[in-house]
Amino acid sequence: MDIIKELKKHNVLGRSGSCFPAHLKWQQVKSAKAAKKYIICNGSEGELKSFKDEYILENYSEYVVEGIKQALKAIPNSSAFIYLKKDYYKKFKKRLKKHIKSSPIKLVKKRGGYLGGEETVICEVLEDRRPEPRIKPPYPSYYGAFGLPTLVNNVETFYVAGKIAKKEYENEKFFSVSGDVKNKGVFKLDKCSTVKQILKQTDNYPVFDFFVQSGGGAMGEILLPRELNKQVEGIGCVVVFDKEKTDPFKLMKEWTFFFLQGNCDKCTPCREGIYRIDEMINKNNLDKKTLDDIYFVLEKTSFCPLGKNAYKPFKTLIKKVIK
Amino acid sequence: MKVQITINNKKYKVDEGKTILEVCEENGIDIPALCHHPDLDIKASCRLCLVQIKGVKELVTACSERVCKGYNILTESAEITKARKINLELLFSQHKEECFDCVWNYNCELLRLAKKYKKYKVKINRFEDRKAKYPVYRFGNVIEFDSSKCIDCRNCVEMCSKQGVGFLEIKEKGSLFQVVPSAKKNIDCIYCGQCINHCPAGAFETVDEFENIEKPLLPACRQAGKKNKVVVAQFAPAIRTSIGEEFGLAGGKVVLGQLVAALRKVGFNKVFDTSVGADFTTTSEALEVVERIKQNKNLPVLTSCCPAWVKYVEQRYPKYIKNISTTKSPQTILGALIKTYWAQKEKINPKNIYVVSIMPCTAKKFEIERPQLKVQGMKSVDYVLTTREFARLLMRRKINFAKLKPEKPDAVFGNPSGAGVIYGATGGVMESAFRTAYEKLTGKTLKNVDFKKVRGMQGIKEAEVKVGGKVRKIAVINGLGNAKKFLNEKKRKIKQYTCIEVMACPGGCIGGGGQPIPTSNDIRVKRADSLYSLDKAKKVRKAHENPIVKKVYKDYFSNNEKIAHQVLHTSYNKKPKGPVVKL
Repeated sequence: MDIIKELKKHNVLGRSGSCFPAHLKWQQVKSAKAAKKYIICNGSEGELKSFKDEYILENYSEYVVEGIKQALKAIPNSSAFIYLKKDYYKKFKKRLKKHIKSSPIKLVKKRGGYLGGEETVICEVLEDRRPEPRIKPPYPSYYGAFGLPTLVNNVETFYVAGKIAKKEYENEKFFSVSGDVKNKGVFKLDKCSTVKQILKQTDNYPVFDFFVQSGGGAMGEILLPRELNKQVEGIGCVVVFDKEKTDPFKLMKEWTFFFLQGNCDKCTPCREGIYRIDEMINKNNLDKKTLDDIYFVLEKTSFCPLGKNAYKPFKTLIKKVIK
Repeated sequence: MKVQITINNKKYKVDEGKTILEVCEENGIDIPALCHHPDLDIKASCRLCLVQIKGVKELVTACSERVCKGYNILTESAEITKARKINLELLFSQHKEECFDCVWNYNCELLRLAKKYKKYKVKINRFEDRKAKYPVYRFGNVIEFDSSKCIDCRNCVEMCSKQGVGFLEIKEKGSLFQVVPSAKKNIDCIYCGQCINHCPAGAFETVDEFENIEKPLLPACRQAGKKNKVVVAQFAPAIRTSIGEEFGLAGGKVVLGQLVAALRKVGFNKVFDTSVGADFTTTSEALEVVERIKQNKNLPVLTSCCPAWVKYVEQRYPKYIKNISTTKSPQTILGALIKTYWAQKEKINPKNIYVVSIMPCTAKKFEIERPQLKVQGMKSVDYVLTTREFARLLMRRKINFAKLKPEKPDAVFGNPSGAGVIYGATGGVMESAFRTAYEKLTGKTLKNVDFKKVRGMQGIKEAEVKVGGKVRKIAVINGLGNAKKFLNEKKRKIKQYTCIEVMACPGGCIGGGGQPIPTSNDIRVKRADSLYSLDKAKKVRKAHENPIVKKVYKDYFSNNEKIAHQVLHTSYNKKPKGPVVKL
């Protein structure tokens, strides 16, 4: 089986949140001219309220490892790393090793905060440097770990590759559902599911007035009940908030805490912008002009996707819920 | 390869692969760039050099984006201005302004941009200074780091690590990273001052940078009950081609005569040239090399003129302490000669002489405190002002440097050989020493004195020279980080070298931590080239042929062996970490 062709046929998009076509990345690394290449399976899941990678490693690690083995096969002269959050490393080390057997796949512990999971940061970590993002281009597919072509994909992307290899793939995607719901957990549903479908199918559609954060638990946008016919993007988080019980300032405080801890403080808009949003929230004094300015530079001028997307939850919550 | 691109609707043919910033700089198009420094890696962290490329949705940073064929670039637009303005305000929000005493002297990029975007109402105090309570650190008696001015570009951290020192670190405190001095016991500042030259926000300065610049002249003034001292200035080789930059003159312009005039004008009683001290250093060091070759002992000889390098060896590579030349650096030899030979000649009580050095170097402030450098119980140099500090003193006194009528230094120690002048550039010490050592070893006259293999800005320069029928290997190391690489390279056999010159700062003293800012390789090349042209114009180009060197060796050193040793030689020892004080 030509796995790259299969990935293309099934239109598999990377499951880390950025939705880059998987077959393109695999092909880029395969075609890159180098004596040695690397494959990184990214299990550093760090977004708030996202636990789908943990769920997959818990229940389907066999498929994940199979997917990596497919990549090893498709890309000559390659070896692989599974880059894991510290607790995942501890929890799944044995299980993964059982499936890895003698394949050239090494387990590596994550360093740094949330951003430690960004693809170029992982390359820096493998080279034992400060966990900070690199300037792109060059992309890891051409210049990754140790300067060699490197395929970085999410745990779930490798799961999909493994499923395809075993001819068991059914266009599924994993969604983490949490917040004010009855049935919290990770659900395997059709990849095109809308927020509404997910809530209905998991028997979680609220009967009270609510709003939803869709995408990621920190970076996802806020949606009102009338906006739920949208597909869930990013890493597939759906968080439900009971409007009456939720203190939006407390919620934003959770986000700023996450961003301040998780960012790398490298670029001005992300380091200083989020600091100032946090300051305004703490003083309970939201200045619209200042907020707009900070959203603008975050989106337009941040160094990496963390900063570029960090404005979304604040902007949508303040606009739709706080008003 | 040249490609055609469009910038602001005008077509340009440019080198493919250069960054947009480089291309714009070459074509006189202004792009703000704060974290960018030509000596350092591209970091793209300040987010001010934003530009638009047609067809690309996001703004891109000009410092990191390389030009491709057909790029259609806009460097100014409403969106770009808005983004730059807000990011500039955010940068100012972490920077405590103290413009009246800043090494940038109102010439910093932050202020320039605030002015440039004035009509867009940039508010430099839009946000409260978040670092107002951040500490000031003092490294030894040399460098001060005011972390409340730091804008987190991390140029200093990178430069410190490039120097092989790694004393400045990034540490997470709470949720924010801060630049802090290392707490590690074996990692110490070597006082090279490169952090000062590479900080765009003026967060680094010397301890004396502002408040103390008048201090060295006080001994010249009559104080209650005290007699005036004779205050003697000496100036380093590297300064004659750099200090003009502080007064708007071109980089590398030779301003020897104005410099001397300025020193007299501010009140120094005598003005001597440290390059003459360098001639003594060369002569002594060459004799030392000859002696060590004869005894085949403690080779290679490591040069000793750079105090930052010497401190580095004492702390990080104590096994090489025995290899450092025991000959003192030019400023300390000349200081010692002033307080012994000259004092005796002029019949002045040496205790009434106050020697001030004008140096391109911050570590020289540390060097003069070394107890091993005392001569007859006295400090050989009493005070060091850097090039910048001296320039600031002139500005305060409203002296129009460029218009000063050139003067000559005072006789006795006023006329160096060409060899003494090139000390200021990387390779200069080696070239000078070679000119002398060759003749001392072979007894023959060296006809071609130019030793071009050791010149230039490469990090590690090596050469083989045939001296008296034997091929000798020498190495010149430009920048302390390269020295670390050189010494740590497993394959390299250090013992095969006869001499190794190391200068801690890029380009040698001309790129020193006390020199005018901004600095870049281009500027350093100009400063060095001018030194070589001065050398070329000299009649006497070998240190040992300088008449004053001959005279002092013959009339003074030969019958005062003990004093000769005290004037010329010093010793080294393993050192603990110096003090780091939080103010």
